[in-house]
Amino acid sequence: MVHETLAATHAVVTLDVGLPGIVWPWKVTMNMWAKSIGTGIIFMLFYLLKRYPKESGNLRFSSTVVALVFIHMFLLFTLADLHQPLRMWHIFFYPHWTSAITVGAWMATLFVVMLFGMAYFSFVKKDNAKFDKLMFWTVILGIPVTLYTAALMSEATARELWQMPTESAQMMLAALLAGSASMILLGKKLSYEAKSSLGVILGLSALTAFILYQSELIFGPMKSEEVIAVLAYVKGNGEYATMFWIGQFVAYVLPMLLVALSRSGRSESILKLAAILALVGLWVVKHVWLIIPQLLPMS
Amino acid sequence: MQLGFLVDLHLCMGCKGCEIACKVENEVPLSTWRLRVKYVDVGMFPETKRTFTPLRCNHCENAPCERICPVSALHYLENGIVNIDKERCIGCAGCVMACPYGAIYIDPETQTADKCTYCAHRIASSMMPACVVACPVEANIFGDLEDPTSNISQYIQDNQGDVQVRKPEKGTDPHHFYVGGGNLQLNPLASKRVEGYSLFNKLTTKMPLGGHH
Repeated sequence: MVHETLAATHAVVTLDVGLPGIVWPWKVTMNMWAKSIGTGIIFMLFYLLKRYPKESGNLRFSSTVVALVFIHMFLLFTLADLHQPLRMWHIFFYPHWTSAITVGAWMATLFVVMLFGMAYFSFVKKDNAKFDKLMFWTVILGIPVTLYTAALMSEATARELWQMPTESAQMMLAALLAGSASMILLGKKLSYEAKSSLGVILGLSALTAFILYQSELIFGPMKSEEVIAVLAYVKGNGEYATMFWIGQFVAYVLPMLLVALSRSGRSESILKLAAILALVGLWVVKHVWLIIPQLLPMS
Repeated sequence: MQLGFLVDLHLCMGCKGCEIACKVENEVPLSTWRLRVKYVDVGMFPETKRTFTPLRCNHCENAPCERICPVSALHYLENGIVNIDKERCIGCAGCVMACPYGAIYIDPETQTADKCTYCAHRIASSMMPACVVACPVEANIFGDLEDPTSNISQYIQDNQGDVQVRKPEKGTDPHHFYVGGGNLQLNPLASKRVEGYSLFNKLTTKMPLGGHH
């Protein structure tokens, strides 16, 4: 409707102040990307220990360490994005529980404590039974830790593109994609069958995420004029159209094809290439989706 | 008491007196604004018209900024004002992202969120907000929405059918109303922002405007 109005009125803003630029920049992309790997690895470790307990047993410690590294990377970039990082402690001393940021910070902190517990049982105590018991609860907590960013984006009600149901699914798919990709690269001693099953998870999560993004692209404009305006940045000659499609191909389309190819030729090298592309592409996909709603003037 | 604001756009002549009064009263730093007046030109020459729309925080009853703030730096006062505690703010910019009206910015001097507070400090001393005092045509009407005899309540009564809020579909229940406004004034997507038209779109200041640069 706005397009017709604009054509008829030729309304132009002739005097206004400079509007804020990108408020949540690449640091927030890093936050989401690193968190997807951090929680995804734990999900995949849980899966491998259930499905292939003998050959994946030696991944307990290394996977936990990699998860710790990426979760700390997520926390570091969260902190770096704050304009007042030295006041981070306010979240713990003045918590506001309606905020997904507060709930997420508390859950992520507990998640880190549990990861350290897992590392302790694995490296110091060498007690696999206790490790597995703690890992079960860590996986349970990992689910809301993965999802809370979707709640946060949904609470940013000004940005209509980010709807909780779709974003929740995308966050979970990103964790599965990143987790399976990381585990393919990490699990050098895993059998081809185990790696192949990780490839199936990678391929299916890529396919589902791709379908969701394409659905948003095609059917999103039916929601509201704001979504039409935002999606225009990734359509046609839009400012972020090239980056959007690079992300879609590198994160989803190419890994899907490569996973299929690796299965037909039982090639681990192709599977590893798919994993690397998925991890790189995921960053691009997340970044585009983070930035485009911020380009729209709110007033 | 629930304080509210109403701007009669029939009266506003775009003098920006309110904008300057707000800047001075609240010591708003360069490159940022708690209140601004946007000009939109409509039509093709010679059939053209200019509209003026003062834009400030809407002090929503269901404020997304208050909900998303992780440390309650943004909070409700008993009189309905959505106030900000800059000492508590951690600068996560969640409120900037959540506000559907683009009314919140990051103060480049304090590196915390800031916005219009309806001059809460003046209200506490029984004074009117600075922009209300400065307006030469009394286009800004301020008062208690719960008091049927207040200026604002009577203005809303007298102009039934012509009172609007911005983006009602967001469900924020703004305490800020407009009389005489249309889609052009209240919907940011109804006008184009063409580079070269706006006086201030080539800012040379090194100070951040609220985002990262």
